[in-house]
Amino acid sequence: MSTADSAPAARVTLPVSDTGLPAREHPARIYARALLHDKVTLFSAIFLILMIFCALFAPLVSPFAPEAQSLMLRNQPPMTADVNGGAIPHILGTDQLGRDLLTRLLYGARISLAVGFAGAIFSGVVGIVLGLIAGYYRGFVDDIIMRLVDTQMGFPSLMTALLVLYVLGPGMWKVILVLAVTRWMVYARITRSLVLSLREEVFVEAARTLGCPDHRILFRHIMPNLLSPLLVLLTLEVATMILTEASLSFLGLGIQPPESSWGLMLAQGRAYIVTAWWLVTFPGLIILLTALSLNLVATWARAVTDPVTRWRYLSGSRPKAEEDEG
Amino acid sequence: MIRRFAHSLVILLSLAIVVFFVTHILGDPARLMLRPEATEEQVQALRETLGLNDPLIEQFGRYMANLFQGDFGDSLWQRVPALPIVLDRIPATLYLAGITLLIAFPLAVILGIVSAVRPRSIADRFVTVVSLGGVSTADFWLGLMLILLFAVKLGWMPTSGYGGLNYVILPALALAMRPMGRISQVVRSAMIDEMSKPYMTTARAKGLKERTVIFSHALKNGFVPVLTLAGDEASVLLNGAVVIETLFGWPGVGILLIQAIERRDLPLIEASVITIAVMIVTVNLLVDLAYSFLDPRVRFS
Repeated sequence: MSTADSAPAARVTLPVSDTGLPAREHPARIYARALLHDKVTLFSAIFLILMIFCALFAPLVSPFAPEAQSLMLRNQPPMTADVNGGAIPHILGTDQLGRDLLTRLLYGARISLAVGFAGAIFSGVVGIVLGLIAGYYRGFVDDIIMRLVDTQMGFPSLMTALLVLYVLGPGMWKVILVLAVTRWMVYARITRSLVLSLREEVFVEAARTLGCPDHRILFRHIMPNLLSPLLVLLTLEVATMILTEASLSFLGLGIQPPESSWGLMLAQGRAYIVTAWWLVTFPGLIILLTALSLNLVATWARAVTDPVTRWRYLSGSRPKAEEDEG
Repeated sequence: MIRRFAHSLVILLSLAIVVFFVTHILGDPARLMLRPEATEEQVQALRETLGLNDPLIEQFGRYMANLFQGDFGDSLWQRVPALPIVLDRIPATLYLAGITLLIAFPLAVILGIVSAVRPRSIADRFVTVVSLGGVSTADFWLGLMLILLFAVKLGWMPTSGYGGLNYVILPALALAMRPMGRISQVVRSAMIDEMSKPYMTTARAKGLKERTVIFSHALKNGFVPVLTLAGDEASVLLNGAVVIETLFGWPGVGILLIQAIERRDLPLIEASVITIAVMIVTVNLLVDLAYSFLDPRVRFS
């Protein structure tokens, strides 16, 4: 999904004609072609789109009502028939209150994905702005911001998050806030290092000579070049956020009932591990597939948005001893 | 080295300030220690005994002074000083972390080499998916699956508890997957980096066996970036340990933190967080030492 968004960024880095690419192909088409070449990534991307679709339209796609309890159907195994005579069975079984597990998973996706994306975007905005400032203005501000980054990198992040949630009390927005505060440094560090090299480029110099104000240089000239590496990072961070939220909820300081997330479902299912294996299996499997897909798509996007390594994905050839990722 | 040491102290001091800020300004220690249903009189009485009605700066001074003496106050739950309780738990956490690294590290190096020898081959792609899978798994879920399979269905290992190899193996396996995934990725790119350098061609031209070329030439030099990651990994490992210890009832620092939170035992919570931070900072210092030992360029600059 990040591929179409990053198209404008690629336009800037595109004019490398000695990579064996057809001279002027639209970036979106190049990405589409590269995606078709790579079946694993293609499958991951489809899975992610499906997951986001299911989360957005959970009421439409889920077979049962999320809160519909049934005392007769507590902890029933997968494929148990509907007690009300409906055509669709409980495909993944039912939970400790007789609720349909698949439906719960689809509704859980709403919170898990919302926390993942919101957390990644909030920490991204803070980190990118501070990274831009540090890299562009250098000097005193840079020193302070980077000192802050280094210091916070040394903190035990999960413990700090637990402490803050213990003081503030649990809840979805507080989880998002805590995640954003504990991860902004990752963006700041990368943004700064990218800006440091970009600010010496000729096009920045040209803009400055023409009398461009700083904010225009930063956001119109430098920012577009940062877009693809930062989108890759954002994708990776969404996965990290989803996993951290699951841990926090599992420990009882994240999402609270009646709201539900995948991590909370695992926490609740844990008590029934001996009798109802499906309760602890499927929520974790969904977390794994989502995070893995995000990681695979990000790895692919990192290689494809870089014109130097892109051709390998298009030609399918195998160079001997060089590689893309650093 | 002295600069590194000073930096570690800065990290710990900042964390202490953050802890004070969070507990004393975002929250009220008295309310954090009492049950939510405590009456206003109880809260006020406790505030008086804890000296919470003094000026904030005075409280902060007292807090820091106590901290330097290792005095976090008495644990509300066990009625004895909090710090010794935490220190008692360190060996268990180190034991679990040690076994975890014994599993993760060799596995990561092997996987990394296998994929670096032939980039973009089938084996490489397989390793990539496995290592990304390790990074993408919720470690506590993996723990649940291991309990389900080996403890519940097969009955080979106990579901939880502290003890010898059969107790430690499941939590260590669950904890090992994430570091394994991350380390193997770094080994892979470091090895690919080294193997494209001219001295590799020289080694091959001398007629050395491919095995010698890979293990005693490339791996040795590729090790330095892997080591830089180790400090980062210590932090990740201890994060995971909180969840895994709680899941397996492993009596380490991590589960202690969670138990302290459940019992609203603020002194014990603070002592655990600071202790874990000290552990991470220490590992980072040790890594820096090893780093300068392995790479002479760092030692002399």
